[in-house]
Amino acid sequence: MPNKTLPPPDSTVDITEVVCPVTFVKVKVALDDLEPGQILSVRLNDGEPVENVPRSLKDEGHRVLKLSANGDGTYNLLVEKGQE
Amino acid sequence: MSFTDEQLERYSRNIILKEVGGKGQKKLLNGRVLIIGAGGLGAPAAMYLAAAGVGHLGLADADRVDLSNLQRQIIHTTSDVGLPKVESARLTIKALNPDVTVQTLEGLVTAENVSSLIKDYDFIIDGTDNFPAKFLINDACVIEGKPFSHAGIIRFQGQLITYIPHQGPCYRCLFPAPPPPDAVPTCRQAGVIGAMAGVIGSLQAMEAVKYLCGIGKPLTGSLLTYDALSMEFRKIKVTKRATCPVCGDNPTIVQPIDYEAPSCDLKP
Repeated sequence: MPNKTLPPPDSTVDITEVVCPVTFVKVKVALDDLEPGQILSVRLNDGEPVENVPRSLKDEGHRVLKLSANGDGTYNLLVEKGQE
Repeated sequence: MSFTDEQLERYSRNIILKEVGGKGQKKLLNGRVLIIGAGGLGAPAAMYLAAAGVGHLGLADADRVDLSNLQRQIIHTTSDVGLPKVESARLTIKALNPDVTVQTLEGLVTAENVSSLIKDYDFIIDGTDNFPAKFLINDACVIEGKPFSHAGIIRFQGQLITYIPHQGPCYRCLFPAPPPPDAVPTCRQAGVIGAMAGVIGSLQAMEAVKYLCGIGKPLTGSLLTYDALSMEFRKIKVTKRATCPVCGDNPTIVQPIDYEAPSCDLKP
């Protein structure tokens, strides 16, 4: 996969301290404050959050741009807000 | 307004819905619903709206909790017997969700006070058990341009319709005038299964939630009927009547009217 340079995120949210379903809820509420096309950076845990949060975001019409491991058991997810 | 962590957790099942989200939850928290009658219908309606985080609930009822109410009015408990219903209901709501502010009217809703009572609310739930009150609420809501949910239950049957200003018929389009006093028994004389109130009162709460969030289609232009024994729901199409005395082209009812309550409704 070509390593495309992504623009810096417009906002960030950390969901490593919460569990399902508050994980996705926090991401949704963070996206509410953005405009379509803006980018949110999400810090999330391995396991259930990495499996479910990106899928739920796609289901709601957002675009998952990148998921990368931070090397400490957490991941970083970049998501572009879709049209409302 | 931003959510506290506690709110994100409390309302997570609402917010997670695509149709609701954080924006819908904020609408609910800013929403104002008046529940007239803290009885069989009003109990589940008030509890589900409180649980959903509707931020401002109004309750109006003149009665005190009676032991015979507890079979269906699940907002009241055995230790509440003797308390004013609005006070008992307020305590349950505050225990369920401290986010909700509750305003109470311990008294009858009359032609004199109904308009000022409904004015401050976004949506009204008719949870009353008598025709004079149902016509009074309909007329006041039409005149003041307020959406409301009408419902009635008796024995194993229930009915429901939503009025939205300038959309579809009002209650009086369907039923031009109250039946003569004592022509139709109230549920106090006829009996009703408690879960009947739960089914129909919960549907009223659902209509209020949809209206506040601005999602889905309200139950306008159709009367929903429920027959528990045959387990049948029917949606009967009903239309606005141009000759309706309150919402028609030439209204003759321009202010709320008090009808005489059936004698059994009068306090001894």
